[in-house]
Amino acid sequence: MTAAGTPWAAAPLSGGAKALVVYLMAGARTPELAEAAVEGGADIVEIGFPFSDPLADGPVIRRAAERALAEGMRTQACLECLACVAERVEVPLVPMTYSSLLEAYGYDRFATDAAAAGATGLIVADLPAGERPALRRIQLVAPTSTDERLRLAARETDGWLYLVTIAGTTGARESLSPALAGLAARARRATDLPLYAGFGISTPAHAAAAADHVDGVVVGSRALEAAEGGPGTLRAYVRSLRDALRA
Amino acid sequence: MSLPAPAKGLYGVYGGRYVPETLVPALDELEAAWRLAARDEAFRAELAGLGESYGGRPTPVTLAERFAPGKRLYLKREDLLHTGSHKLNNALGQALLARRLGKRRLVAETGAGQHGVATATVAARFGLECVVYMGSEDMRRQRPNVERMGLLGAEVRPVEFGTRTLKEATSEAIRDWIATVETTHYLIGSCVGPHPYPEIVRELQAVIGREARAQLLAAEGRLPDAAVACVGGGSNAIGLFAGFVADADVRLVGVEAAGAASLGAGRPGVLHGARSSLLADSDGQILDAHSISAGLDYPGVGPEHAFLRDSGRAEYVAASDEEAVAAFRHLARTEGIVPALEPAHALARVAELDAELIVVCLSGRGDKDLAEVLAQ
Repeated sequence: MTAAGTPWAAAPLSGGAKALVVYLMAGARTPELAEAAVEGGADIVEIGFPFSDPLADGPVIRRAAERALAEGMRTQACLECLACVAERVEVPLVPMTYSSLLEAYGYDRFATDAAAAGATGLIVADLPAGERPALRRIQLVAPTSTDERLRLAARETDGWLYLVTIAGTTGARESLSPALAGLAARARRATDLPLYAGFGISTPAHAAAAADHVDGVVVGSRALEAAEGGPGTLRAYVRSLRDALRA
Repeated sequence: MSLPAPAKGLYGVYGGRYVPETLVPALDELEAAWRLAARDEAFRAELAGLGESYGGRPTPVTLAERFAPGKRLYLKREDLLHTGSHKLNNALGQALLARRLGKRRLVAETGAGQHGVATATVAARFGLECVVYMGSEDMRRQRPNVERMGLLGAEVRPVEFGTRTLKEATSEAIRDWIATVETTHYLIGSCVGPHPYPEIVRELQAVIGREARAQLLAAEGRLPDAAVACVGGGSNAIGLFAGFVADADVRLVGVEAAGAASLGAGRPGVLHGARSSLLADSDGQILDAHSISAGLDYPGVGPEHAFLRDSGRAEYVAASDEEAVAAFRHLARTEGIVPALEPAHALARVAELDAELIVVCLSGRGDKDLAEVLAQ
């Protein structure tokens, strides 16, 4: 895998099942937590590479990033963490990070080294479609995205399109965003690629409701909270989402 | 216009738009509105009229002979502008832009509180809702400005994350904007942030340099040898420099706080939506800045300054907390002018500057800093 080359491996899903993507912050416990998430039914695991100033993140992921940085989870340690996770689970692994880390490490070098460590995709929260198109990555679109930008993101994205359900930062919300249905309908007209929705999805009910519109869901902040309870708590939480997506 | 509009918001290898997708359409909308406004005679006339009748423009230049004996030092008196600093130039212009965009709510970040006060002021003047994010450490240091913002009807929201200063306040203001972008204009206070903000802020502050150039020519019959300004995010400096950047013989000198020298000690990186020169570690994690001046206590800087540094057109030096405090006291005693701690950094470098005719942007007044200085 090089930055300008072939896409990362697409998510291997079949049979119309809805995909479940679980976000975990890179850290010492991440390999066992990732294993628990996969046992609970996660199809893809996102690994957060912490950044000191994460604009797209709400309080839960921000605090997790602060803790991870305090524990020394810099880029090299995160790549090693990624490699450890890759040894324990078979599912696709997607680092999620910010431009500043890639600036420092080198965009191409990061893509190469992340792929070597087992990454199958990449998300950069503050690198919108149109910026650095040579870096293959999963693009995010939002309710505010114009149809023109949806088409641009769909052209540039890698494997699937990440639908941000709300205008806002990451974190649990009371109810599923009413903006998702409209965004999903517009995105369907722009692409045949799978659509996965994230931001604000935290409960099995949210997941099931979102799955009416999209092909998969991403959970982050609530997964981190569950992970604080250990692998058992995380496994049970992920399983509750998996069951809701099957129903 | 003083400088050409940058292509795609790039100043050499700096600038750009490193933001979550949610904001991109709003930035496109802002850029389109700005392009129309900048060409619109009525917009420019209204802004100039407000600057004059409400702000008090043009601000004078004052010859400071006792502060700098042996030199011809002129102070560009932005401290005399309404609200006490140059921040009003930008706040007035962006408030008019917000009105064109139909946005009824303003959100802003503030460090020293001067930009927060300017934003709260224009919000009151135009009847707009206003929320200002301010680090709790800065709220402690700049109590009078917190009280002024409240009096003007703005809500000041303390930011308790990280360093509790301008960096975190800016991140929180941007997060607010991500969640409220349909109804809210983000009134950024310096020439930082994603395109088109650095360009908008520079053009709105360019009035400083335009006036100063004409005033120096009228007073001395020639251009200054050097134009000097303090640099945190860099808006008063870029505004002053805009008046002289085309005059190759005028040295442009930016003065950073020694503990927040993003240009002097920084590396390329991405913060708050733009690529610039930053205080960051080798992994791209942003480092804490340290300055007695809340307005300079910021690990980033406007991308155009990074470009001017690399191109050699502008030079950037630093002043320590102690040097700034000494200049603060010295200007008060010799000229009867109490400067803000931010431009006191610029004043601190004047004596040793190998230049005779100098203009310094006195970007704000020092009432807000009395307690901090007297405690030294």
